[in-house]
Amino acid sequence: MLTLQCPYCGVDAEETELTAGGEAHLKRETVGASDDDFEGYLFMRENPKGLHFERWRHSYGCGKWFLAARDTNTLEVFGTYPAQSKEPPKDLRDKISAKRPGWSWREFK
Amino acid sequence: MSTRLASGGRLLNRGRALEFQFNGKRLMGYEGDTLASALLANDQMMVGRSFKYHRPRGVVASGAEEPNALVNLGKGGKFEPNQRTTTTELFDGLYATSQNHWPTLEFDIGAINALFARFLPAGFYYKTFMTPRPFWKHIYEPFIRQSAGLGKAPKDRDADTYEHFYFYADVVVIGGGVAGLQAALEAGKAGARVLVMEQTADWGGRAVVDGVEIAGKPADDWVKGVVQALEKMENVTLRTRCMGAGVYDHGYILGYERLTDHDPVLQGPRHRLWRIRAKQTITATGAIERPLSFAGNDLPGVLLAGAVRDYLVNWGVSVGDRTVVVTNNDDAYRTAIALVDAGLSVPAIIDARPEGAGALGAVAKAKGIRVEEGKAIAKVKGKTRVTGVALCLQAGEGAVIDEIACDCVAMSGGWSPVVHLWSHCGGKLKWDDAQAMFRPDPARAPTGADGEGFVLTAGTSSGELGTTAALADATAAGRAAAKAAGLKPKTGKAPVANDVDETPMAAVWLMPQGAGAELKMKAWLDYQNDVKVSDVQLAAREGFESVEHTKRYTTLGMATDQGKLSNINGLAILSQSLNQAIPQTGTTTFRPPYTPISMGAIGGSARDELFQPIRKTPMHGWHVENGADFEPVGHWRRPYSFPRKGEGLHDAVNREIVNTRTNVGLLDASTLGKLIVKGPDAGRFLDMLYTNMMSNLAIGKCRYGLMCTENGFLTDDGVVARIDEDTWLCHTTTGGADRIHAWMEDWLQCEWWDWKVYVANVTEQYAQVAVVGPKARQLLEKLGGMDVSKETLPFMQWADGTLGGFPVRVYRISFSGELSYEIAVAASHGRAFWDRLLKDGEEFGIMPYGTEGLHVMRAEKGFIMIGDETDGTVIPQDLGLGWAISKKKDDYLGKRAQERSHMADPERWKLVGLETLDGSVIPDGAYAVGEGHNANGQRLTQGRVTSTYYSPTLKRGIAMGLVHRGPERMGEIIEFPKVDGTSVKARIADQVFYDKAGEKQDV
Amino acid sequence: MSEPVSFLGGRVAEGAVTVRDAGLQGMITLRGDLAATKVKNVVKKVTGQAIPAQRKALVEGRRGALWMSPDELLLLVPYAEAEEAVATITKALRGVHHLAVNVSDARAYVTVEGAGAAEVMAKNAPVDFSAAAFGAGDFRRSRVGQVAAAFWKDEAGAFHVVSFRSVGDYVFDLLRVSAEAGPVGALS
Repeated sequence: MLTLQCPYCGVDAEETELTAGGEAHLKRETVGASDDDFEGYLFMRENPKGLHFERWRHSYGCGKWFLAARDTNTLEVFGTYPAQSKEPPKDLRDKISAKRPGWSWREFK
Repeated sequence: MSTRLASGGRLLNRGRALEFQFNGKRLMGYEGDTLASALLANDQMMVGRSFKYHRPRGVVASGAEEPNALVNLGKGGKFEPNQRTTTTELFDGLYATSQNHWPTLEFDIGAINALFARFLPAGFYYKTFMTPRPFWKHIYEPFIRQSAGLGKAPKDRDADTYEHFYFYADVVVIGGGVAGLQAALEAGKAGARVLVMEQTADWGGRAVVDGVEIAGKPADDWVKGVVQALEKMENVTLRTRCMGAGVYDHGYILGYERLTDHDPVLQGPRHRLWRIRAKQTITATGAIERPLSFAGNDLPGVLLAGAVRDYLVNWGVSVGDRTVVVTNNDDAYRTAIALVDAGLSVPAIIDARPEGAGALGAVAKAKGIRVEEGKAIAKVKGKTRVTGVALCLQAGEGAVIDEIACDCVAMSGGWSPVVHLWSHCGGKLKWDDAQAMFRPDPARAPTGADGEGFVLTAGTSSGELGTTAALADATAAGRAAAKAAGLKPKTGKAPVANDVDETPMAAVWLMPQGAGAELKMKAWLDYQNDVKVSDVQLAAREGFESVEHTKRYTTLGMATDQGKLSNINGLAILSQSLNQAIPQTGTTTFRPPYTPISMGAIGGSARDELFQPIRKTPMHGWHVENGADFEPVGHWRRPYSFPRKGEGLHDAVNREIVNTRTNVGLLDASTLGKLIVKGPDAGRFLDMLYTNMMSNLAIGKCRYGLMCTENGFLTDDGVVARIDEDTWLCHTTTGGADRIHAWMEDWLQCEWWDWKVYVANVTEQYAQVAVVGPKARQLLEKLGGMDVSKETLPFMQWADGTLGGFPVRVYRISFSGELSYEIAVAASHGRAFWDRLLKDGEEFGIMPYGTEGLHVMRAEKGFIMIGDETDGTVIPQDLGLGWAISKKKDDYLGKRAQERSHMADPERWKLVGLETLDGSVIPDGAYAVGEGHNANGQRLTQGRVTSTYYSPTLKRGIAMGLVHRGPERMGEIIEFPKVDGTSVKARIADQVFYDKAGEKQDV
Repeated sequence: MSEPVSFLGGRVAEGAVTVRDAGLQGMITLRGDLAATKVKNVVKKVTGQAIPAQRKALVEGRRGALWMSPDELLLLVPYAEAEEAVATITKALRGVHHLAVNVSDARAYVTVEGAGAAEVMAKNAPVDFSAAAFGAGDFRRSRVGQVAAAFWKDEAGAFHVVSFRSVGDYVFDLLRVSAEAGPVGALS
């Protein structure tokens, strides 16, 4: 059972306090989007064995959504950061680079 | 025979005798006994029968690894099957019966299986019960069920209670032997918050049995000293009878504490499940001795050498008068020496190694023990217990050299570190050829949230079999754990023990080395599941090369002991058969729990009323007092109906509906979700969430709205009220309150975080009562306090005021088609308000109605219900709700998806009403069949029922359903087959069956 | 009009650890910019307390302020004053984006007191309740058993547990059963 640190209330929350919310940094497509783009938004997800960026909600705690960079294989958590982020913060990306040189995920590296 | 010696037994309190029963026999033991030691003290060698062949089985081990000596324990609400006698502490009045035999333990019909053992090889079930297929249901399955399972399933409710406990530690030490204690001491001295768990009742593990001296004093004294030192440390918590059950991700550890099993007179929970988070975990779990594989090694009286020593030293029990020791290592010599020192006879030590033992060999010889080097046991003699052994050369094929009479065989095939807990969360192993063991590979430890290792091993469980080496290893582990937890460990020398020089063990996987088929068929690997050397070899021949496949094919290691004794021997045999090295074969996966834990402990206090939270409305008490028939809606309990004495449920529902449509009805609608949405951007936000416009709703007015997912599917509905300039109140479905609240927060936090909107869930702040029916207004006017006339408070408006002195908010909304007021009152006044309505409503014929009445009335009006008309694949357009979708808006959640070709397809099934021709009720979930068949030969379908009821208003069955191009086919008749083979015909009609013009609700 | 009744109706389970209905308590959800001066001022005016730090509770009798999230407080006032307090806040924060709503009736409110109170809590919530980790004035939102709850510890070592009203019986009985089961002896 995982623990993730909620960046809003600072708690190392165990998984039973959290709700998983799927992939992070999805760009919403809507009216005017092509069928392909819309399909990508609705259905196409990364499924890596390794580094992944994902959404979590501290649902039994402060109720806030946050994002996490986590290795789906080793379960190592590289860091968590606020949901109001268009991209993973620089210090987190540097930390990941130190541990997983040459990583990339969607448009991020 | 097996008996209690006149003296000895370091764990016994001979001053307190205990009486217990085994298979109806009254037997005596002492405080400090385990059930196993007490049975052996009473010469009860045979305690059960094996699973497949019903072979006689006796105690083989002395701890958690015991595969044989399992019993049914207790009676009635205390009954539990498959309890290990070796870990069951004796108490006065203990009641046990043996398992897996009929009619008696001594005479068992099932043992006839053993005569056919030749015809019951590995994979027998798979091969035999395949064909012919029709045999499965009537012949094979009943046969297998008859013979399945060892113990009997309990019939009574569990009379005990259980609990969970969350605990946080810097360092958790699993195992209270000398290594665990030493590691804990080091971590404790560094200031770490330490929890030490020992599965037995006593500290010290093996060292105290083996008479080791540590730091110049007997191990017993050393252990006492360390435990005292640990007890004095405020940062250390010590627990006996507490097993480390599992190691999980991110340092989550389960501890299984048995509080009252050893003395059921004690009050309080029986078991406590410790849910621990530890920064570092040290497994100091020791090692388990391996059996040797020789013919007849499963007979009662053949025990592990260490176990024979335990019974002698800990419990003063002599398992046999004459014990033959058979070994491939020096440690078993300790058993022989201890037995002789206790005045018992050891006719021979049979050592498979040609060179024999080191220092201990000399001691044994000096005591006059016959030592047969390079020898093996060809077979054990005896039927239900050991009478002797036949001696042969280990290097040969089993030609008998000599026969030695004995009543006990103490065997040792070497020691395997207990690597289970290390492995649970991904710790890897390496093969140690010299000691023929898998040991933890510290370079590949389980990793935690930070990517670093979080499990260390200490002592024997690291593979350090010598006491001095084990203590040094434990000292290092304790310090390393404290350091990793962020503390500063102390320095200093590790304690030293009086180890003797030992000759290396020799890997012996089969005895004798060249044993033929006859012997191999009698050489047991897995005692509980009856897997022999020959079975594993057969599996290898039949192509089961993966150890995981062999395990499942032969059932090796699949019994309740999970192969603690059998695994290494089994995979060594498999490796030999496949002609590959043992590490190439690898091990099966170690999974938690280490030994079975009770279901009660897993459940904790979650049973009966606490099994799951039941949500209650402010009027719940009234509903209970007035005989409500409840139905679960999420975790809520809502009254389905209020049947009167002698009245059937169906009649009660009909009565409630008719009364509501004639007089006035009362519904507890408190469970409806109520979300306050406030802020300068609230209107814009709601326009995105709902398919229709909410920003232009006038203050004081209400509007019905639909919410869709981004897939376009309808997910919730409800009435929205505009409270003030920047505040809206959104009603959701009962099940939707928390979900829609979370949904709103998701969009506000993750997508439109610059929008100024706050949401609060005020569902439970209010008791909400629907006052419904033609006389509703008369009732409210009687209560008085505000104007509820059509002029002042018309349909689809709301107003604040008071009624009967209660501050209220009244919504003129209707889900029944009648004149209806939904009245919100502070929850703390809810019951009083409800009581007042009932009292004042008496003259108007008021009656409460339940959720079924609500459902029928809304179906009569053709209103949809989320979860009935919707199932996650239905869009509003399917339900004729196009009127609730704004054409003016550029965007809303689900809009783009509803433009996708499949969603816009005219061929979709759409909502219509259904009138049965004969007036009957279409069964729930019925499908309308079409012309033709599909590829599987099934009738094609053209629609299905979504809601179907008897309407007491119309006195006939009514239904709604989704039908292929339904609205274009008004008047057509379609057919719904029923389960009984008949079918019901229905005419496609308008779904509004009652008051189509909507006049009754708008008065 | 009637006398308001708390969901638990004054239930008490006495023992070494006593679990009791803390009765009606005025509670206001306040969402807004907690750093804003106007917000600070009105919180002080209504509760007598400053804005609590992250995961802290500032409580004096029936008045206090609890840190629910970076943009949310739960304010405590005497039950009878809750509506008035909401009005005061609304007036003071006119023109400031915020949400203040009376949730007094939406809650059940339980006190756990006695020497073993921390262990009773630790049987139900995945939180470190050791004195070093959870001291007086510390506040957490987590779960108690299977439901969401918020709790804090006072100077006397008692825990104050706020849950949704509808599950008040569940929370009370869970804590009562845990108290009756006796001490663990692992948390001082």
